[in-house]
Amino acid sequence: MSLHSTEFSQKVHAPDQPLLQVEGLTKRYGPRIGCADVSFDLYPGEVLGIVGESGSGKSTLLSCLAGHQRPDLGRIAYDGRDMLAMSETDRRRLSRTDWAYVHQNPRDGLRMGVSAGGNVGERLMAVGARHYGQIRGKAVDWLGRVEIAADRVDDRPSAFSGGMQQRLQIARNLVTSPRLVFMDEPTGGLDVSVQARLLDLLRGLVRDLGLSVIIVTHDLAVVRLLAHRLMVMKSGRVVEQGLTDQVLDDPQHAYTQLLVSSVLQV
Amino acid sequence: MSDLGSRPCADAYNFAYLDEQTKRRIRRAILKGIAVPGYQVPFASREMPMPYGWGTGGVQVTAACLVPEDRLKVIDQGADDTTNAVSIRRFFQRTAGVATTEATVIQTRHRIPETPLTDGQILVYQVPIPEPLRFLEPRETETRKMHELEEYGLMHVKLYEDIARHGQIATSYAYPVKVEGRYVMDPSPIPKFDNPKLSGNPAIQLFGAGREQRIYALPPWTETVSLDFDDHPFRTSKAPHDCDLCGAPNSYLDEVITDDASGRMFVCSDTDFCTGRRAGGHIGRLGEAA
Repeated sequence: MSLHSTEFSQKVHAPDQPLLQVEGLTKRYGPRIGCADVSFDLYPGEVLGIVGESGSGKSTLLSCLAGHQRPDLGRIAYDGRDMLAMSETDRRRLSRTDWAYVHQNPRDGLRMGVSAGGNVGERLMAVGARHYGQIRGKAVDWLGRVEIAADRVDDRPSAFSGGMQQRLQIARNLVTSPRLVFMDEPTGGLDVSVQARLLDLLRGLVRDLGLSVIIVTHDLAVVRLLAHRLMVMKSGRVVEQGLTDQVLDDPQHAYTQLLVSSVLQV
Repeated sequence: MSDLGSRPCADAYNFAYLDEQTKRRIRRAILKGIAVPGYQVPFASREMPMPYGWGTGGVQVTAACLVPEDRLKVIDQGADDTTNAVSIRRFFQRTAGVATTEATVIQTRHRIPETPLTDGQILVYQVPIPEPLRFLEPRETETRKMHELEEYGLMHVKLYEDIARHGQIATSYAYPVKVEGRYVMDPSPIPKFDNPKLSGNPAIQLFGAGREQRIYALPPWTETVSLDFDDHPFRTSKAPHDCDLCGAPNSYLDEVITDDASGRMFVCSDTDFCTGRRAGGHIGRLGEAA
């Protein structure tokens, strides 16, 4: 597989061009609306938070963007290429090199029967890496970056704690240096101290690697820390969007005001 | 169709257990398999008068290939005289009545004969699980997609796990091969010692999986490459001994326990090959002149 060693090097990108352009994205489940008429641009290095209550269409939107579901209407362009017209081969190749998807439950994103090193190395092998020593070296390097000790490289994820599994999933996704990362509630189900460490780690990685991130969550603290821009969804529609601090400190829409005021204060 | 013609023609009709319609279906699958080497062709597997796991796929492929002029050989783990080989051979003797030496069709379970195959022979493998990705990806829809899009990175994850756990590629049988740079194929549970013989073989190699309802094939002279890593290349393996009966230095060996005082001997797993060598005057450490 002489695949796409070129694809890695083609990361030169004019920063004033949006990386992802979404226009009028609509997904219906029969007569019900999954998400309707969502439009936004995402620029390189930008973190977009999507918040909203359960059933507001956040996850539907994310899965449409990541290509797991096909939207009924609308347009998605990644790097100037029309995602909906793209062949499945190209789309799947893109999703294992240039994109990453971090699941809420690490068990969905990891191979539980395969060692940590194998999990991290899978994407490398999928794009044609065939040197065991180099694959392993890179896996150990990435485990280090997500604060997993190098001597755990041959342990299976089932022997890891929840927080470690989530960090392993992140390492596995970032090993091919993607440019766009989708995250679905990455801190869900973790206790607060572990959450804080994970957020710290994510913030560092996003800054160091210049990642563009779309992060779906219902935890406003997470978006406050990570996201540059924020989109608030309700009943499948975007009710408010803007800079994170602006939206959270001066919410305009009634639902956003409710959302912000519902956060429990310690 | 009142006149079925002369005797040979009448005998050839519904020859070797299967009816003509079934054979037609299987032959179509075989032809498709040969046209697309390494691709698993689905076929309507029939119930055979033996349990799944005893070679129902191989038997159907063999029955579809056999014509009265053929000579059939059946081997099981290399041996001509073990239960499975004997019962399948008897089955075809009763249903087809072909002679079983100097074979034109060879049905095999888990070995490729030591004697090099020649042009015009057909080697039929019994395959338990045709999908090389099965234990890595349980969804059939997904594995078919992976074959379609040539996404074989996962196969290397398995080899990676071997090296990480055992220090070397510990997969010793059913070792995956890539066929003509396209499909990754499970060569049935033959020892990886036999893997090099798959490639550039002058015989037609057919693979039948009865329970899984798949047929795939390697036409003559097909190139196959055993998957490996650059720094952990593919190596064949065998017991580091000579055959104790015929003295053959480079045949695949079975270890036989001979007593309860850790006595053991290593003998060729291909009994026909071993017998032939002994008849030719080769004698091993424990052998007697035949």
